[in-house]
Parts: sequence; C-alpha cells; structure tokens
Amino acid sequence: MTSDIQVQALPVQGRRRGIDFSWPTFALLTLVLSVLVLLPLFWLVYYSFRSDTGAGATLANYIALVADPTLLRAYGLAIGMALAVGVLACLIATPMAWLVARTDLPGRRTIRMLVTASFVTPPFLGAIAYEILAAPNSGIVNIIYRSVFGLEASEYLVNIYTFSGLVFAIACFTFPYVFTLVANALDKVPSDLEDASSILGGKSMTTLRKVTIPLVLPAMLAGTLIAILQALTMFGSPAILALPAGFHVITTKIWSLFQFPPRLGLAAAAALPLLIITVILLRAQKSILGRKGYTVLGGKSGTPRITELGPWKWPAIAFVFCVLSLTIILPYLAIIKTAFTGTVGDPINLSTLTLSHWRFVLFEFSATQLALRNTFLLGFLTATAVTAIALIVSYLVIRRSVPGSGFLGVLATAPVAIPGIVLGVGLFLSYANPTFQLYGTIWILLIAFMTIELPAGYQQMSSAFSGVHPELEEAGRIVGASRLRTLWDITAPLLRTSVVAAWCFVFVGTIRELSATILLTTANTKLVSVIIYDLNESGDLGAICVLGIILLAASFAVVFVANRVPVLGGSQMNTRG
Amino acid sequence: MWKKALSAALLATGLAAAPAAWAEAPAPYQITPELEAAAKAEGKVVFYTATDVAVAEKLAELFKSKYPGIAVQVERAGSERVFQRIGQEYSTGIYNADVIETSDAVHFEYFKRQGWLAPMVPQEVADKWPADERDPDGNFAAYRAHLSVIAYRTDLMKDADAPKTWEDLLDPRFKDKMVKAHPGYSGTVMTSTFVLSQLLGWDYFEKLGKQNIMQVQSSTEPPKKLAQGERALEVDGNEYNVFRLIDEGKPIKIVYPDEGTPLAVGNAAVLKQAPNPNAAKLFYAFLFSLDAQQLNSDFGGLRSFHPGVKEKADRTPLAKIKILHSDPEKLEPEIPTIKANYEKYFGT
Repeated sequence: MTSDIQVQALPVQGRRRGIDFSWPTFALLTLVLSVLVLLPLFWLVYYSFRSDTGAGATLANYIALVADPTLLRAYGLAIGMALAVGVLACLIATPMAWLVARTDLPGRRTIRMLVTASFVTPPFLGAIAYEILAAPNSGIVNIIYRSVFGLEASEYLVNIYTFSGLVFAIACFTFPYVFTLVANALDKVPSDLEDASSILGGKSMTTLRKVTIPLVLPAMLAGTLIAILQALTMFGSPAILALPAGFHVITTKIWSLFQFPPRLGLAAAAALPLLIITVILLRAQKSILGRKGYTVLGGKSGTPRITELGPWKWPAIAFVFCVLSLTIILPYLAIIKTAFTGTVGDPINLSTLTLSHWRFVLFEFSATQLALRNTFLLGFLTATAVTAIALIVSYLVIRRSVPGSGFLGVLATAPVAIPGIVLGVGLFLSYANPTFQLYGTIWILLIAFMTIELPAGYQQMSSAFSGVHPELEEAGRIVGASRLRTLWDITAPLLRTSVVAAWCFVFVGTIRELSATILLTTANTKLVSVIIYDLNESGDLGAICVLGIILLAASFAVVFVANRVPVLGGSQMNTRG
Repeated sequence: MWKKALSAALLATGLAAAPAAWAEAPAPYQITPELEAAAKAEGKVVFYTATDVAVAEKLAELFKSKYPGIAVQVERAGSERVFQRIGQEYSTGIYNADVIETSDAVHFEYFKRQGWLAPMVPQEVADKWPADERDPDGNFAAYRAHLSVIAYRTDLMKDADAPKTWEDLLDPRFKDKMVKAHPGYSGTVMTSTFVLSQLLGWDYFEKLGKQNIMQVQSSTEPPKKLAQGERALEVDGNEYNVFRLIDEGKPIKIVYPDEGTPLAVGNAAVLKQAPNPNAAKLFYAFLFSLDAQQLNSDFGGLRSFHPGVKEKADRTPLAKIKILHSDPEKLEPEIPTIKANYEKYFGT
C-alpha cells in the first residue's frame, strides 16, 4: 500500500513544485551560443565587404578571391589535403577500432591507451617530431637508411616536406577521432542484434557487413568528417611542414594576410568559402544518415560479442603495431632523443647527451611557468563549460523538447566551419575594442576555446544521446521528475563515459589549439602551444621537445585522473576493452 | 583597425614638420640610485625583442644579477611578428611592453610617427654612439647590428665548391641544398631582400626560386638547420647565430660575397605607455652599457656600435667586409611588392 501512495503522490508534487526549466534554459543557451558564434561571424562578413585601403564598402575582396591564383591554389591544396587525411584516417582507424573493440586481440586495453596518447599529442608537436624523423637530410630515418645501404649524402628515403608528407603527418594525429568514435560505437552495439543475425543463419562476415558495420556507420562518417574538418582548418602542421616545402594551404595563406600591412578584408573573404564547404559536408552527412534510427543502448541489452581471430591474430598484431609505431612510438622516441641531445643531427652517445635544453626551458626561459599555468587553467575551464553546454544542448535537440531546438544544434555545430585563425580574427574584432577590452585577458581565449571546442563536445554528446533510448527518461518523467532532473539523475549517469570522454576531448583539444590562440595571446596570456610555435620559428627544436614532454606528461596525468575518478564513471571504462 | 593608424601615419609624414616637442633629443640621463630605487619598486620590466631567445634571456640574466629584485619578462618573436603584436595591442589599448627591439628599422620610423615612443638618451649613447646609429630626436638607438650571411657546412661542402658571390647561388650544383628565411617574418631578411633586389634585380630571385630551397621563417633558423645538417648551405641568416654555432664547434663557415653583405640594424626604444616606466628607463640604459654590449658580442655574436666592445679574434671585423646598407624610408613603400614578388618566386 505504501508504494501505491508514493507513486500517486510523486506526480502531484512534481507538478506543483517543479517548474520545467526547458524554456528558460533554451532561451539562455540560444543567447549564449548566438553571442559565441554569430558575433564573430558578423564581423567577418562585415569586414569581407570592407576595402583594405580604407575606401569603404567594396566587392574587391571577393573579386580577388576568384582572380588571385595564389588563393585558389591554397584552397585547392587544402581541400585535397583534407580529403586525403580523412580517407587515410578512416582506413587506419576503422579496422583498428574493430580489432580492439570486438576481437580477442591481445593487449587491447594498452592499445586503446596508446591511441589516446596519440590523440593527446598536439598535431603541431607531431609535425615537429616528424621533422626530426623524416626531414630529407637530418631526418633520423634517412640517416639510418643511408648508413644501412651506404648511400650518398643526397639520397633519402622519405621527405616530410612534401604534400604527401603533410597528409601523412596530419593523419597520424587525427585518426584517433575516427578510432575513438568507432570503438565507442562498437562497444555499444548490443549482442542481441548480432545474435539475431546468427540465429537466422548469417555467417560472421554477413553479420559484420549487414548488422555491425551499418550500426557503426554514423560513427565512422562522423569521425571521418571531424578528421577532414580538422585537417582543413588546421594551422600548426601545415605551417611547420608546408611552408618549408614552399606552398601554402588556405589557413597559412590567411595567416600570411595578417602580416604587416594586414589585409583583414581579404582574409575575411578568403575564410568564408571554408564555411560554405563545411556546411555542404555537414548536410551531405545528414542526408546520408538522416532517416535511419540508430538506437543501440536501451534499458535492456547484452554485452558486445567478441570475434576470435584465430590464424589472423599475427597479421592483426603486425598491423596494429605498425600503426602505433608510426603514430606514437617513433615520434615520441624522436622527441625524447631531441630533448636530451645537443642538436637533432647528433648521434646518441655519452658526449652528446645533455640536459642543457631542460635547464634552458626550466630555469632560463622566462615564459615557461606562466604559459603552463595559463594553458592548464584554460583547459579546465573550457572543458567544464563546454561539456555542460553540450550536454544540455544535445538533450534539447535530440529529444526535441522545445520547438525550434534544432536551431541550437546548428549553432553548436557551426563553429566547426570557422577555421581557428579566422575565429581568432572575428573574436579580435568583436572583443578587442574599447567596449569589451577582453583582448589581453584570458577571457578572450576562453571564449575562443569554448567556441572552437563546442562542435566537438556537441558531436560527442549528441551521438551518445542518440544511442540512449528515451524510454528510460520517459520512465523518469512518468514518476514526476522535471526534465532537468531526469537529465541529471538518469541520462547523465547513463552517459558518464561519454561525458568524461567529451570532457577529455575538449581539454586535450584546448591544449593543442594553436590557430586562434596565435592571434589572441599577449605577453601575459601566453600558452604553451604558442611558445612552442615561436620556438619552432626560430628553430629551437631541443627546447620545443622539452616543453612538449612537459605538456604531454601533464595532459596524460589529467586524462588519466579524469578516467579513474569513480564518480566520473571510471569503473565503467575499466570493464571495457 | 590598423588602416586608420596607417593612413594617419602616412599623413603625418606628409606634414614633414615634426611637433615641437620632438625637435630636439632630451638631455642624456645616467643611472642614478633614485632611478634604481624607483625601478625596484616597479619590480619588473617587459622586453619585446627579436633577438635570438637564448641571447635575450642571457642578457636578462645579466640585468637581474646587476639589479636584483627586478624581473625581466622576455617576449621573443620574429621582428615582423613583434611588430604585428605591438600593433594589435596598441590599437586596442593594451600596454604590456616596456622596451621594444626589432631588426627592421622601418618599424621604428613607424613607431616614432605614431608617437608611441618615449624619447630618452642614455649617457652612454650620447657619448659613444655614432650619429647615424641613433634617432636625432632621441626616440631610439641602434642596440645591435648583424649581417645576413651566406654560410655552409664544411663537412658537406668543400671550400672550393662553396659559393663566392650571390650569383654563384644560381648554379645547379646548389639545387636542393639551400635553406632560406622569410621576409614576411624576419626583419633581417626583409632588409636583405630589399637591398639585394635593388642590387641584383628581381630576376635574380626568380632564378633563385627555382633552386628548390627549403623555406623557414626566422633568420635565426637557417643557421640551426645547418647545425642539424638538414641543409648544406644557407642563403641568408643571422651572422650572430652562425658565430654562436661555430663557437659550439659546429663545422660551419661564413661567406662574405664580393657584391657585399646586407646589414640589419636592430633598434631599441622605450614605449611611452610603458607600464613600468622607471624599470624601462633603467633597462634601456643597461642595454647600451659596455657590459651588456660585450655580452651581446661574446655570447651572442652580435655587432655593437659601442667603441669599447672587443670582438673575438676569429671574427672578421666589419671594417673588412663590404657592407650593403638599407634605407628604411625607401624600404617601407616597397614592402607589399617585396612580399608579392617573394610569394610569386618562392611559393609562400
């Protein structure tokens, strides 16, 4: 009897006391996101119609856009590079994700951890590592190649300062996007669907082809899309590898337009096609996947099935080892070697080992401490804010709880189309005026990072949400809890892994951000990424590697702790993979 | 944001007559105990510089040992980047920097026109600096100078094979072997590109662009690429970085071509809006002191205008080198052309 009374009492209570916060939340979020996203875009469009010589409104910038061969070439190369990176990343990541999530491959957990390591590596640091490894003359790989085959000094095996070198170096550090999304999706594909296929007589390959792959296709496409967009809007790696090779991609070209005398109008106009390309890509993804439902995590489903590799075990191990060597082991060894020897070309022996780079970075270089402190403070703030916003936005969008909530999703995804460097300018124009005076403070960086990371956080949270069947929340709502309460008590715990993953994604994304940062930092708001870039431009590879090691060690520590804190769902992570 | 400032600046130059306050340099000053005490009370000086970071930090160390209790924040980037940064900051009312230094003389003409500099003349500069190497109105003075030099690895290239002239670099035997810094980043290379384009013409660069040159940014970087063994020959790069690497025992040799070697002068100045004006004044005087200039020469390999500085014996004295001087007033209007041509011939 008691339980009956409770069940009856709850809805009444809920209706009387609990106000549905959906509308105010929706309104507030719309406002915040609009300011974050639309304001810089407005200035961008405004400036694209302004003459750089101060002659007022003009179309000259758009005319230059189609008439200037250097801009067109930069665009062509950037698009080609991004597509190549996307395809390469998907080809590497998908089989690896399947091997790790759904087979009896030995050491699966370690492999996952190592891939996370490759994700934590900022791409610009990866690019620098590959300079050390694969520069045509001083590259370690080429030195070994020459000495093994006794070749002339002008011979080389690989040259990273080429278009294909650039694609390779970027793909090495973007494939974790695809890998993580696909592996997480594979974790969630319930065995009952696959069992059904087997029971109906499907062989394991048929099941894989007809059930498993279609179920993870959204994750694959989403991951590839992120990789393509990352590559398209990336600044650091092309600046490090493409400029020495003598070509521009669009981001470095836009950056060069800011050198004195700055051509802001042309830069703004040159950035807008990137926005259009991205919108087209996103629409394409939607139209491919739009009508299919992919609910994979309901209230009742079994654990994932494991495929036995049998004789394929060794080729699989070789494949995984090869990928890991290229993306983690070799670059890290190169970084460590450079941090402890005089110059890159030195062989390793007792006389070349030195701590001079460490002494320089830790005791002589005055920017180190400040930059480390700023970097981690901003990482924490951004990750927390973005995860919270992304959680609520994706809930509102996926559950369509408020009419017009789809617009929020568009707002939250839109920044993905804005290259960091352009966002940097937009923000600079929006907030570096006498009204706001945010330039020179860390707040402008926080705004920049939140805007940049929102799409990644939102993508993660919304793909996680679409995997949770509403029946669980409906149950909560039926017993009288408000929407936010249901979200907090039922949905959020179900999504703990995804929330932690999203937090780490954003944190790491912030740490490795360079393109917007480079225009927005001042002497007092230095970040590690910027001082690494500054040092790279003056060729101080040893100091870069020391800073890189410090940055990586600290990032790993944060990601590790975030994944182990029990409240945050650490145990859940551990049972898998 | 910059356009307004720029057009205003161009106007200002048009009205050749400078405001009365600038007509004459202020009286020279010395480092007094009062100045030291006031600087200590501020406790900090922010130095925006384009000098190689290791050299700049060494200088900061010397300052701190002389004047304990005053921290030096060194902000190092390429000359053009320092310029871009200070321009961004000043256009939005941010005044972080106390003392500024770049190797592009055009910048200081620009700062002066903008009225961003606080005129002051340390006693040492007034007494010992040649009149050509300081602003007549006392806004800035030449803190350092260096050449942009051709250099090569002696273990990768025989002395007989090494280039002797700028024209030699066009020889097919140097294809794929050279590294070069960028005028859009480096003030030194902007200056050298300007003087060489005047001397040899742009078709020289057009031919040079076909030699498949590795393009880096800062003029501190080509010498480091030589040290790594990534390339055997540098087209341009700071002489002082090469000196430092030779001192470290790297097998590198400098070429002073027959046609002449471009000189880049690095001016320094105190900003009018300096947040730490006394520390800035003290640091500025320190920069021109014999100790600091001697450290620049010994550790940094920089050339100094201080007559008391003794250069290491193995360095070729400036007097024995044919030097190509640049005129910042003529260079300034050429900047867009230089950048456009450079991109046409070198790709970036």
